[in-house]
Formats: sequence, C-alpha cells, structure tokens
Amino acid sequence: MHRRVFVRSGALALVTMGLSPSFLRRTAFGLELPRAAKGKVLICLFQRGAADALNVVVPFGDAEYFRLRPNIAIPRPARSAGENGSIDLDGFFGLHPALSPLAPLWKRGILAPIHAVGSPSATRSHFDAQDYMESGTPDVKGTRDGWLNRYLATCDTCEAGAAKSPFRAVAMTPQTPRILQGPSPAVAMNSLDAFTVRSAGGMVERLEALYRTGSADLVHATGAETFDAVKMLREANPQRYQPEHGAEYPRSEFGQRLRQIAQLIKAGVGLEVAFADVGGWDTHVNQGGATGQLANRLGDFARSIAALVTDLGDRMDDVVILTMSEFGRMARQNGNGGTDHGHAGSMFAIGGSVRGGRVLGRWPGLAREQLYEGRDLALTTDFRTVFGEVVRTHLGAPSAAPLFPGFANAASVGLFG
Amino acid sequence: MQSNQVPAAREQTADEQVAHVLSRLTFGARPGDVARVRAMGVDAFIAQQLRPERIADTRLTAWLSQFETLDLSYPEMQKAYPRPADALQRLNAENRNSLSPEDSAEFRRIAEGFRKVTTEVQAARIGRALLTERQLDEVLTDFWLNHFSVFQGKGVNQRFMLAEYENTVIRPRAMGKFRDLLGAVAKSPAMLFYLDNWQSAADSGRPRTTQPRLAAGRNRGLNENYGRELLELHTLGVDGGYTQQDVIDVARALTGWTFLPQRPNQAEIAQSMERDNVRGGRLGRQRAARLVQQNLPEVGKFFFNAGVHDAGAKTVLGHKLRAGRGIEDGEEVLDIVARHPATARHIATKLARRFVSDEPPDELVDRAAETFTRTDGDIREVVRTIITSPEFFSSAAFRSKVKTPFEVVVSALRALDAAPDPSPRTAMVVAQLGQPIYGRQTPDGWPDVASEWMGTGAILNRINFGLAVGANRLPGARPTDWPGAEKLAAADRAAQVDGVIAAFLGGRVSPETREILISGRNPLQTGEATDGERPIPPLQGLAQVVGLAIGSPEFQRR
Repeated sequence: MHRRVFVRSGALALVTMGLSPSFLRRTAFGLELPRAAKGKVLICLFQRGAADALNVVVPFGDAEYFRLRPNIAIPRPARSAGENGSIDLDGFFGLHPALSPLAPLWKRGILAPIHAVGSPSATRSHFDAQDYMESGTPDVKGTRDGWLNRYLATCDTCEAGAAKSPFRAVAMTPQTPRILQGPSPAVAMNSLDAFTVRSAGGMVERLEALYRTGSADLVHATGAETFDAVKMLREANPQRYQPEHGAEYPRSEFGQRLRQIAQLIKAGVGLEVAFADVGGWDTHVNQGGATGQLANRLGDFARSIAALVTDLGDRMDDVVILTMSEFGRMARQNGNGGTDHGHAGSMFAIGGSVRGGRVLGRWPGLAREQLYEGRDLALTTDFRTVFGEVVRTHLGAPSAAPLFPGFANAASVGLFG
Repeated sequence: MQSNQVPAAREQTADEQVAHVLSRLTFGARPGDVARVRAMGVDAFIAQQLRPERIADTRLTAWLSQFETLDLSYPEMQKAYPRPADALQRLNAENRNSLSPEDSAEFRRIAEGFRKVTTEVQAARIGRALLTERQLDEVLTDFWLNHFSVFQGKGVNQRFMLAEYENTVIRPRAMGKFRDLLGAVAKSPAMLFYLDNWQSAADSGRPRTTQPRLAAGRNRGLNENYGRELLELHTLGVDGGYTQQDVIDVARALTGWTFLPQRPNQAEIAQSMERDNVRGGRLGRQRAARLVQQNLPEVGKFFFNAGVHDAGAKTVLGHKLRAGRGIEDGEEVLDIVARHPATARHIATKLARRFVSDEPPDELVDRAAETFTRTDGDIREVVRTIITSPEFFSSAAFRSKVKTPFEVVVSALRALDAAPDPSPRTAMVVAQLGQPIYGRQTPDGWPDVASEWMGTGAILNRINFGLAVGANRLPGARPTDWPGAEKLAAADRAAQVDGVIAAFLGGRVSPETREILISGRNPLQTGEATDGERPIPPLQGLAQVVGLAIGSPEFQRR
C-alpha cells in the first residue's frame, strides 16, 4: 500500500466513526484555530525558466562582468547612470533597478540575497533542473516526492497529537507542484474563490455523505479531506482580509496569488508552507538591460513581493520568503542580446528573522578560469544548504537529513546570523 | 452461449467481466454497451477490439471532417496559420502603424486561426474517444501519446506538429510493432523538437564523414536530452541498467537526426557557415550558400544531416558501433534499445498498470514481457496477454483504477450518449480537472498511479464536474437526455436512483450509497443534528441524481 493511502485512511477512520477531525470541531465552536508549529510560515517562490542571476544581483564590482556583457550589463550605481544604474548594496553588488521595491527591505536588514547558489548538477535542461530543485535530489531522477513534502512528512511528529490543518501546505498553482508532491497532503488551488463546492439544494450534503461512507480507499479518504477543507475555508473566510498598511499588489497573476497567500496567513488556517511560481525568465533573445524584457519581469516580481511584506507587517517576524530559480544563465551574453542556460544562480531570503543587509555566499569571480566549464557562474553554495538552514532554523525541524538524502548538510550560509 | 462459460481462472462474475472489459478496453460504457457485450460474449468483444482495422468507424470519420487542421503537416500549418504577433507586425509595417478596420478584422481572423491549431487537436482527441468504435485502439493511442509525451508549450512551433504526430506517427502504430513506433517517434518533428535532438550535433573535434552544410541550430554541440529520455522513459526505464556513458553515446549516435523548422534564406545560411567555419571552397561562401539553399531538405520532414553527425566509434549497452558510419548508427541504437530485456519489462509494466492495476502483479508483468520478447515487440500481442489474463479478471483488479481527468470526462460523455463538442470548451474542462491535453510539461507523461495526483484539489474539481453535469453545463451532454432517461423522468425516486446507478455506476453500489442518493441521509450519522445542521431538501428531478452519480466516489473508478 502506498504510504499516502495509509496516511489518508487514518484520517478516514476518524470520520467514519462519526467524529470530525478536531480542527473542524474547534472552528465550528469558534474556538482557537489550529496553528502550525510555532506559527512559522515558509513561502517558496519559484521563478521558472532560469532567471539571469547576474542581472538580478549585479556584480558591478567585478570588471569581468562588463566585459562579458557589453550590451546588456546593468550600469554601475552612479549619478550619471541615473535610474538605469544598479542599486548599490555593498559597493560590489547591486540590485537590478527594477528591483527598487525591494531596496527598503535591504535597508531594514530583512533581505538577504544569496549569490552563486544552486544545484551541483551539470544539467542545463529546464525540466531536469526544476525537477532536481523541487525533488531536492540533484541528478537523481527517480525521487518520487518533493523536499517540501518530505518536510511535512518528517515533521508530522514535531508536535505529537496536534491536529494537522488541511491548509498546512498550499500551492497557489493549478496542479500540485513537484516540490509538494508526495505522501503528505497538500492543497493546490488556482484561487481561494475556486476552492468550494458549487451547488445548492442538498447536493453538497449528499455528495459529502457519499465520500464519508463506504470503503476506506484513496478516493473516499481524499474526498472526506476535501469536504473538511472546504468547510474550514468557508468558516475562516480569508477573502475578508484586505491588504493592510497600504500594500498594493500588482494586478498580475503572481501578485494576486501572493495577495491570497497573505489572506490565508491572516485567516489563521494553519498555513505553514506556501508555494507560488512565475514564468517568463528564459531570456534567450533581447532580454534588455536596465529596461526591457527581464526588467519587466523583475518589476512585477519585486512589486508583488514588496506588497506581500508590507501587507503582512509584523507578521513577517514569523515568515520567511525564499525565492529560487532552476539555474542561472551564461556569464557571456549570446548573439541575440540574450543569455543561454548557465549554472549557479541567486536567491532572495526575506523575513523578520533573516539577518539581511548582507549578500551571502562566496563570490567565485567571473574570470574565464573562475567560470564553471569556462562559461557559467560557478557554484559555491548548494541550494540544499539554504533549504536545510531554513527548515531547521526557521521551521524548527530537528534535522534536514531526511529531506536531502545523500547530502551532508553541515554547512550554513548564515541566513539567520 | 459463450458469456455463460466463465473459465475457472477468472474470479470475476460474468456481469463483472462485462463491466470490467467495458471500463478498461473502452473509455466507458455507452447506453446499450453492457447488453451488447453480454450478448456477443466478453472474449469475442476482446477479440474484436484487438482488430480495430476490421471495425468500421463512419460516424467518427464524418464528424472529424469538420476540422480544418487535423490533416495538415507541420509546414502546411505554419503557412496557413501565421503567428498573430508576426501578422500584427506585418500589418503595422504595411500601414505605418495605423490599422484600418479591415486590418483589425484580418488580425482577428489570423488570431482565431492560430488558436485553432491547438484547440482542434484537443477537441478531436475528446471527440474520438467519445465516438470511435475502435475503443481499444484509442485507449492505446492515449497510452502511447502519454508514453511518448510532448508538450505544446515547449516552443511556439510545437503546436504545428501535434496533429501530425498524433495522427500519422502514434495512432497508426498503437497496436503495431514497438520498434516501428519507436523509430517513427524518433524521426517525428514533434519529438525531435520537444527533446531538442534536432539541434544536437557532434561536439567540435569529433570525427565527421563530411563537412557540415548546415548548422544544427543555435546551440551547437551535443545535446543529450533525447538520448537520455529515450533510455530512461521511452525504452529501458530508469532502472534499466544504462550508464551516463551510454546516454552520451546514444546521443552521439543520434546526432544529425533533425528537421528544418523553417526555410532559411541565403544570408542566414552564409552566416551559419561562417559561424561554423565552413568554407565555400572554390565557389566562395556566397555561392556555396546559394547551392546549399537550392538543395535544402523539405521543411518539417525528418532528414539526416551527415555534416553534424559524430562519426566516431561508440559503445551502447555493450554493443560496439564502429567509426565512420552515418544514419545507421541511430537505427542500430533503436534496434538495440527496442529489443533490450529491460525495455520488454518496462513496457509490459506500464501496459499492465494501465489495464490492470496501479501495482500490477509480477507474474503478469513477467508473462507480458515474455510475449514482448517472443513477438519482437508486437504491442497487440502484449496487450492480448494482459487483457485475457486471470490477473486482469481478478477480483482485486475490478474497479481498482482511478479514472484520469480525461477518462472522467469522456466516460461521463459516453454514459450520457452526448453529442461530441467541436469547440474548445470540453478540453478546458479536462484541463481544469488537472491534466490538460498536450499539457504535461515534463517528458514522463502523466503518472498512471492515482496516489501521485489524487489530492483535495483534484477531488474537489471532480465533485464540481459532476455538479456541473447535473446543472446541464457540459457542452453536448444533457443530464436528462440519455436513452432510458425519458422512462425514468416520471418514475419514483427509488426507481430513478436505480436507473442512474445502472447507467452510470456499473449497476452496483453499496446500500449506503443507494440510500444517500435516495434520501440524502447519512446512514452513519445518528442522533441529533449538531453544528447547525439543517434538514437536507429533497432532490429536484432526475438531473440532480445524475449529477450526484457523476460526482460520486464510485464514478471516479473504472
């Protein structure tokens, strides 16, 4: 029997005995809503298509950068560069000017860019690299579950006896992403509005009864879980939470998905792990420099994240936002004003507990002999080191070892000091 | 009567066998199918379905004739359906950026045509599964399209290749020889493009038998993408015992297997020759480029580009491929992998999983793999071994599979005897259920194990799908318009429920399910209502019973 069926059948045993799971009881009587372990939340944001790290966190202090990218380099931060210059971080690195909404977070010390980070796999295939980043097992394709799901599974025992919310793990995506696939339940939804049963006149009650009776199989168990989740969401009514502190989310799909993640957090439905993704980073042709294709993507990305941080206010003390992309792009621009697939990339970690205001990770340099295979930014931080640190320090997992089999996860990039 | 002779080895009752073959060899029973199969006998039905070429399909053929794009090749499509962005650029250039109402109308027509390229092939997939009498053939077509999965979003040109791939590569070989199918896929623009082999070329410094006359594409050099998936997904399987060196040598053997995505002009050829350091010899580069252009292969058709083929010696799974050869390198690799024991086992496992259960019995897989090897990969015979086996007719296999989104939708349409929908709407319903047609991004296809995709979101969508059917919101399918419904409309609730159970749920449900469908009472809930429960209003009409049946857990199984 698949482990997942077992997990689910356990839940089903409860409901067929006529007992609602405890989290439902409590919401029904207006009592305390379930909380994730210590109320900590991790929001993972995936930039699908391989974002061009060297034009996101700009190494303007490395002279090779301008030599490699004569037409698309982001200018040094200087008065003469005006709004086209990068936003100085530490005299060596700068943010792409389209990331200006994130600059205040750097100043507050809650934003930490991580450079030269990624997967040790040599692959330059989007498919493979996304797969590895989500399975957490570079170069092992047979891994069936995602590392976030393995976190959920290992930490089932973190709080013995605590009721698990169906919204403990939510992906704002049409289908469950690879990173959350596996034996532990995770909800994937296009929008909060869509997560309901659309009918009246006794149909819903009858359907619910159909799924709560009969054999203890995967379909019935999942169905019962679903009705619990729909009820819980209706009672918690996250849609009533409007953006606070003047936060303005972009109208884009990505912006609206982040707005809904904030609503789920505020509604107290027990959200612990949230996921959203955004495409458009595969800039082989005419990616532009300070303005253009990549700048437009980054603008939406930064405005959405900045709105989320503003909206969550003090709640950011318990939240970490982690951005990722499957790999970086070639150090040298190509013949089409774009960049081809590369190796190491960059990430952002944002949160009240993040020791930000520093660019993390060792900079490997851009001279030819410093480049990976003579062409790409070399890797100095394995993404599993970052993931492991977040899971241990922020979410309180006793160990990240079960999440990343075969990886000696001793190092730290110093995210939390 | 054959139907009364149940061999001792079959655990299922005669009625169960009828329901079982209809749920596995077809996309679901239509009204009358149960009686028909019972009358002809289960074994005769299996034998008939294994010979699709002898089954007439006139209704389907007539329906398909309304589509514009299904018979077009890739270059024909490319010509007939220009990209809207290109058209807009042209219109703007012609009119100095001020579009007349006629231009706007033309742009809308072009955009509409471009959409058709993807929407028609999807609508036709659903319509075929609904209408065809060659059901097993279509089930296998669905299986192979998923096994050799391609993704329409890979690049803007991929969509032009889908209809040709489905209709000329996969479907005609769905019950043929595996090596033949594998070879056709390997040479199809759809797969060459999707897994990048079209632009894979010998790394610089590798021996070649001839000078390149044409670069392979933007990313020159070896591309292992297809070579790897050929071994991992299409043939041997992930545990098939190959090494990274095998992947590299397979990819090297397949260098030069390519097609022209569009016709380059002379300047582009000259440029690419310059980039590749190809000299024009006595002719000079410009004239050489003209000569190359005059002798270009046909756009959108497989050709072997000897100039980028790695002609060095290779070793693939222990077989030595000697140096100095051309296209026969790739052909031999396909021979080797198609006939490898791991491939027999991998394909047998996947077919048994599709037809029998998520975790098929080892003994069955062994026998199916043995048939594969003995018949030189005759797909029809492997399927015959599986669907006539005692394991297929075991009690454990009965209703053990969870329907895929495509199967949920099509089986509902078939049970309702629905009219096929030529619009994109029904395909959008399949997409909403989580598995859009030609929408699997990764090359592994949708998983055929329910636990991999069954989740709260998935089941919620299915429940809402049933309710939408009951509310008459599925195109072509009226919930009260199937044969037999008329009689039931005036009957009492119990008779209606029994009629719907017979038509939609294979005639058999638990007493609790029947009770809930009739009364709405949950038989497990006793005592006082709590949590503000209100009495459940009675059902209104037959449509609601149908909606409940399609949203029920029993309907999710086959």
